[in-house]
Amino acid sequence: MSSYPADLKYTREHEWVRVDGATGIVGITDFAQQQLGDVVYVELPEVGATIKQGAVFGTIESVKAVSELFAPVSGEVLEVNSDLKDRPDHVNSKPHDTWLVKVKLTNPGETASLLDAAAYEALIAK
Amino acid sequence: MADSADAPLKKTPLHASHVALGARMVPFGGWNMPVEYSGITAEHNAVRTAAGLFDVSHMGEVEIAGKGALEAVQHISCNDASKLAVGQIQYSALTTPEGTIVDDLLVYRFGPSHFLLVINAGGIDKDVAWITARAKEAVPDVAIVNSSARYALIAIQGPKAQEILQTQTAIDLAAIKYYWFAHGEIAAVRGTVSRTGYTGEDGFEIMIPPAMAPTVWDALLQAGKPHGLIPAGLGARDTLRLEAAMRLYGNDIDETTTVLEAGLSWMVGWNKPEFIGSDVLHEQKLHGTPKVIVGFEMVDRAIGRHGHPVFHNGQQVGVVTSGTQTPFLKKAIGMAYVPPSLEAPGTEIEIDIRGRRAKAVVVPLPFYKRPK
Repeated sequence: MSSYPADLKYTREHEWVRVDGATGIVGITDFAQQQLGDVVYVELPEVGATIKQGAVFGTIESVKAVSELFAPVSGEVLEVNSDLKDRPDHVNSKPHDTWLVKVKLTNPGETASLLDAAAYEALIAK
Repeated sequence: MADSADAPLKKTPLHASHVALGARMVPFGGWNMPVEYSGITAEHNAVRTAAGLFDVSHMGEVEIAGKGALEAVQHISCNDASKLAVGQIQYSALTTPEGTIVDDLLVYRFGPSHFLLVINAGGIDKDVAWITARAKEAVPDVAIVNSSARYALIAIQGPKAQEILQTQTAIDLAAIKYYWFAHGEIAAVRGTVSRTGYTGEDGFEIMIPPAMAPTVWDALLQAGKPHGLIPAGLGARDTLRLEAAMRLYGNDIDETTTVLEAGLSWMVGWNKPEFIGSDVLHEQKLHGTPKVIVGFEMVDRAIGRHGHPVFHNGQQVGVVTSGTQTPFLKKAIGMAYVPPSLEAPGTEIEIDIRGRRAKAVVVPLPFYKRPK
């Protein structure tokens, strides 16, 4: 079964964030990739754009479905994972190691509203 | 959908097999169906390179029999059923008086006066009511039976399909030509095998009694394993049929699209007697249609999907009916209705994808043609 790393924080919309100092590293969960199926395309903001906690910051498409990405934290986009252009399937094969964007956190306190691994696992077990 | 949202989902006779195989199950046309087992990409590519096994028991069957059966089929459907020999199949459509499509279907000629129509799962109730009412207005003396519950349908598709299926049947499969069928035993179960499918690949569809469906399914799964056969769900079925540019009822064709607009004039019996909608279709053949279906390929990195508006020179000119990133061709492709002035391959169009205009280009259909 899948395991949810304890050093990540999770949204109810199935994104995760790893806080590394002032940087937030954002991806989608194993549960999310299972629900989506084979990911073929990820549309992400440009470097320099700002994203806002709870707001849509991109879309992710599988063969079958389109899903919106909700920002787990607010911040300015520092880096976008360009590997995803050629290997969007990495979101499926290693969801918790495949990041989408890195942001400079504008409100680090926000992470308090996110779920820890145990709470997230309880959510998806429902 | 004919079924209300509250109605319990129907299960095919292979439901337990799908669950045991770990399929992800989804509602489709009132049925609880497997959308994928190992993943759409893997299943799609297995069908293109080896073989895939599909449960399509949700499809409906209607039998028309009696002295007036041929006349009834001729009246309600647009292809020329008089050209069918016993043992032969044709693709056709139930047409409205406006030349639009009630459903698309396969017509099997079981006997001189016995036809079996294979119809879409979502339209069984609607189709049976339509067929009964419209056939009887032309031919009062004909029996029309909804025999959907009497048949399970399994499709084995892919370049290895014949080799695998041949291990389970004494029917000489090589002798069955494309769009012909034969009766016989498959895994010791009495049934009907046709060389048909919805994937653009060589393959067969097998009609058997529902109670025996797990026997046949398991036998083919086992026999196929060494050849690379895997179970495949509705997700791969959709991407496969789209690469082959086969129309999907409810997406690409419906009661607002005529047979000609849908690019299916090859399945109209132009020389047969009058049938429902024939005057409109003859008129459109002569004078053209206001819209026409085209294939497109995305130029920008994006995927045009069902319902996305199509633009040309800043004006909305049409709408996407199907679209996806295809696992085998590895391109974003789709079909859309546009004015005939834009149907030439090479024409540049734009597709509005969630508010952003993405460039696409019209390309010839089908996107994929299997190597002979």
